[in-house]
Amino acid sequence: MLIKRKNIQASGTGGALAQSFLGMGQRRLDRRSFLRRSGVAVGGLAAVSSLSGGLFQRAEAATPHNHAAPAERRKNMCTHCSVGCSVIAEVQNGVWVGQEPAFESPINRGSHCAKGASSRELVHGDRRLKYPMKKVGGDWVRITWEQAIDEIGAKMLEIREKSGADSVYMLGSAKFTNEASYLFRKFSAFWGTNNVDHQARICHSTTVAGVANTWGYGAQTNSYNDIRNAKTLIFMGSNAAEAHPVAMQHILSGKETQRANVFVLDPRMTRTAAHATEFVRIRPGTDIAVIWGMLWHIFENGWEDKDFIRKRVYGFDEAKAEIMKWNPAEVERVTGLTEEVVKRVAQTFATVKPATFIWCMGGTQHTVGTANVRAYCTLLLATGNVGDIGMGANIFRGHTNVQGATDMGLDVGNLPCYYGLAPAAWAHWCRVWDVPFSYIESRFDDVPAKQGREARTRAQNMEVSGIPSTRWFDAALLDADDVDQQDGIKAMVVFGHGANTIPRMKAAQNGMNALDLLVVADPHPTTFAALHTRTDNTYLLPICTNFECHGSRTASNRSLQWGEKVVEPIFESDNDYAVIYRLSQRLGFADEMFKTFEMVDGKFSKEPTAESILREVNRGGWSTGYTGQSPERLKAHMRNQDKFDIITLRAPKDDPEVGGDYYGLPWPCWGTPEMKHPGTHVLYNTNVPVAEGGGAFRPRFGLEREGVSLLAEDSWPVGSDIEDGYPEFTMALLQKLGWDSELTAEERAVIEKIGGGDPEKIAKVSWTLDLSGGIQRVAIAHGCVPFGNGKARVIAWNLPDPVPVHREPIYTPRPDLVAEYPTREDGRQLRMPNIGHTIQARAVEQKLFDQFPTVLTSGRLVEFEGGGEETRSNPWLAELQQDMFCEVNTKDAAAKGIKDGAWIWVYGPEENAKVRVKALVTDRVAPGVAFMPFHFAGWFMGEDQRGKYPQGTDPVVLGESVNAVTTYGYDPVTGMHEGKATLCRIEAAA
Amino acid sequence: MARMKFLCDADRCIECNACVTACKNEHEVPWGINRRRVVTINDGLPGERSVSMACMHCTDAPCAQVCPVNCFYTTNDGVVLHNKDTCIGCGYCFYACPFGAPQYPKASNFGSRGKMDKCTYCSGGPEEDLSIAEYEKYGANRLAEGKLPLCAEMCSTKSLLAGDGDIIAEIYRERVVTRGYGSGAWGWKTAYGETINVSA
Repeated sequence: MLIKRKNIQASGTGGALAQSFLGMGQRRLDRRSFLRRSGVAVGGLAAVSSLSGGLFQRAEAATPHNHAAPAERRKNMCTHCSVGCSVIAEVQNGVWVGQEPAFESPINRGSHCAKGASSRELVHGDRRLKYPMKKVGGDWVRITWEQAIDEIGAKMLEIREKSGADSVYMLGSAKFTNEASYLFRKFSAFWGTNNVDHQARICHSTTVAGVANTWGYGAQTNSYNDIRNAKTLIFMGSNAAEAHPVAMQHILSGKETQRANVFVLDPRMTRTAAHATEFVRIRPGTDIAVIWGMLWHIFENGWEDKDFIRKRVYGFDEAKAEIMKWNPAEVERVTGLTEEVVKRVAQTFATVKPATFIWCMGGTQHTVGTANVRAYCTLLLATGNVGDIGMGANIFRGHTNVQGATDMGLDVGNLPCYYGLAPAAWAHWCRVWDVPFSYIESRFDDVPAKQGREARTRAQNMEVSGIPSTRWFDAALLDADDVDQQDGIKAMVVFGHGANTIPRMKAAQNGMNALDLLVVADPHPTTFAALHTRTDNTYLLPICTNFECHGSRTASNRSLQWGEKVVEPIFESDNDYAVIYRLSQRLGFADEMFKTFEMVDGKFSKEPTAESILREVNRGGWSTGYTGQSPERLKAHMRNQDKFDIITLRAPKDDPEVGGDYYGLPWPCWGTPEMKHPGTHVLYNTNVPVAEGGGAFRPRFGLEREGVSLLAEDSWPVGSDIEDGYPEFTMALLQKLGWDSELTAEERAVIEKIGGGDPEKIAKVSWTLDLSGGIQRVAIAHGCVPFGNGKARVIAWNLPDPVPVHREPIYTPRPDLVAEYPTREDGRQLRMPNIGHTIQARAVEQKLFDQFPTVLTSGRLVEFEGGGEETRSNPWLAELQQDMFCEVNTKDAAAKGIKDGAWIWVYGPEENAKVRVKALVTDRVAPGVAFMPFHFAGWFMGEDQRGKYPQGTDPVVLGESVNAVTTYGYDPVTGMHEGKATLCRIEAAA
Repeated sequence: MARMKFLCDADRCIECNACVTACKNEHEVPWGINRRRVVTINDGLPGERSVSMACMHCTDAPCAQVCPVNCFYTTNDGVVLHNKDTCIGCGYCFYACPFGAPQYPKASNFGSRGKMDKCTYCSGGPEEDLSIAEYEKYGANRLAEGKLPLCAEMCSTKSLLAGDGDIIAEIYRERVVTRGYGSGAWGWKTAYGETINVSA
């Protein structure tokens, strides 16, 4: 037991508990033994003394819930992970006094995890940021909203004048509603930059890139609920029991009723692994070798789904050349897994169907993240496990609305709904925004020629992806010539994003210090407020949580849910809509940007209604099927949650309001809301008509390659009038098929207007650009998928490593493998240099592995989320996890003389990094592997930074950040960081 | 009359602690007092299992038997409650309790530990049902509102069950038959003098 205080504990339960468990084979108590007891009992502990009695008084001081009086029930969603649990708030006199289980929600059926069950505390908000603040000579000073907006706006305009629009970085949030996400993306466009990003960069950007490049869309193909149908499950780099606990309700139920095989492939024996039928321990960073090893057995034994591959997949012949190199001996040499284990997992996955593959950041946060994802997809395609119930790529997204924020284009390379940045995409959104293309163009910088790179006009600059959020500080610190835009990053405008979830925090700290302006808009100050030593030009804007505003959010399964405002924003906080509006006003483009919205009186200013923002998304989001989910339909779903089946997520067809719909109208929900498309529960499912949520793989990689067709063969969604593969629908295709006559006069008029009256341009108007929805409507009336019917591909010729190849992590414990499996060559991506190869070569040459012999990986805890400022400020959660820790294997600990619960130093190989944390000695990690959670901050390399937060806003629990010791390494496609495989050295601390 | 019981299905418990924070939320339980907690055995090893624990509201509750001031009483629903006005904070009940349920706001080797606090099965105390006085001393009274304890209602995986003992035993029995395994109704023998027989 870690804290030997049981003799003086107030509650003193340790002894009795321990005794009562002796009969159950207890060997050691768990990490909860970090839990410290009552402040009265152990007075003087930093965490508790910081509570300063306020907590203890609150129970009496707060208006208690008057159970004798009626309470109003309001429904919203939990703001933490992507499962999308409904929260029912009981409100009396404008105060959220009680929380009730939402049994009617088909997603959570009343359930929560620790975070969801403590949601109400977010709006108590003892530690919330209470009013706008700025730093004056190093001290935090309270200011008014007017002063804050005015000064921030003036400084932004000054920076723009000097360094260009691209030098202001817009870092958005996966905590935004869809409407705020969309607004922030639009704000960035009107400001004139593609430097706009959010947490998807560091959680599933490689998933989106990898999956979209395989079969069309970058999202979870099925749903949490649908996993109840699976007979085999593989979790690889996913610890759902801690990261998505309510998903486990569906998973464990399904496991029990299906008697399913559940494999957990992970470096750690996670809490999810504890409920698996088999745990397979892998070496961090060897996913591709493991998957190719499985496919070797599958092809060797003929377990692949030949019919599926023939009809619906392109490229296996070519991909097999790489895959078949991974014979059992090589797999064992690289991964340590024996032939027997790999074969068993492979055979089960290929033959006990339907089988689903679940992954999270253990797969995505690597220099080979995109390649990992494509390897997982390849396994699914080889075994025919995509496109029907119980199977698919069940990608569990991280934050409450990281799916929606990604969909809304908070991405350096996209406009909303994955339109990309091509001129046609800008033209499309300019039509939706009702502004001339030339207006937006005028907002962008032109870029001078630098270091042999060509200059760019404003219009060309609009097409160039911005800098990923993982590199903003490099872009602030590097010579401006190294950054492929007018100047480096001079200002960070951060809405709802931590700084401790991105590696290389020493560099981030230097980056913060180098900025001319730092703006943090968040319910909490975050690490962006505390890590640096800035003295001025640093602002904090109190933003309310999603419980204090209206708006929709998209769960991991693509279902949209409408949350209603529970209470007015507390203290002086305000919602994102209003703050973005006021900033736009100060910056001079509010009239243009907001003219399409319904404006109402908000708390301090005018603000757009969430409904009118969603309607604008509906008007433009054709490419992703974000068009059918009107606010009215979403609200009807929330009213009728109990109508939806917990396995099929479908409402009975005869229901008057939501008949036949899938819950939350999971995208794509084609056509206009009036078309009543039910949404798509399972992507690419040819067993269901398109009008009922069916689909096919999306042909977005051309129609043929090297003379071979990329369209589906002998496969189409049931009820299709075209019984063959076909390309995406355009006006030309409708004309060719003679179906254009079915367009209404109004639809035709819209299409002709988009084509500018030119027959050639009109013919090119596609299902994504047609603002009338007519092309989609007619295609679906004929049982066809608007985006076409193509093949998925296992070779992505437009990406680095068209067929994924194993590459050792930059800091690898196997330097002997680097010559054979090196990281990719240095290059330039996303406006920045990527020198991973140089760093890897140097690490090998300097034998860094000898000095840093332990693999370091990272992950989540159930109590906290993301950077953790919000959850560590919630005393109900903070009490459960009061110390940052590092899991150290028992053998490693013994060799180093490290005791369970003792302080240790963890050293990293870059920037003399070191963190002081507690040791949790456990066999959960293998010898030679250490694990740290990534939710902590507020200590930095041994220094307690509590005093750097504005008074009263410091989180209850602080701790060192794992990302102080994580290292360089970026995926070449998306700029995803390497968060899961680096090296460290662990020593006992004095 | 129903006999209310708790049952934690250790094969479902993922140690998410929803039960713990739901309890904090419902009753505004202060820092340091834990009416419910989750304990994990074989942490990080094969066979790791977790169990959510609180007062089990025992039949012939040992706490009541040792209380020198007789502050405990059992309701018609079989819930074991206590009267904080009578409690002298002696701590005897803590030593008697096989589940470590009783909690005290103060720690000291001598003198009173303050009024004992524990799980009420979300059914308040001797004060008038749903009164402010009841809420301040004991927390919410969900049973009086026709609801069950919030910890079980919010359990992420439906591991923790609360309700009439016969009904939750039947739910558990069906589950074990469906899935073919079950490590038993943890704590039932001690608390209720019985176990759930399952012929899987």
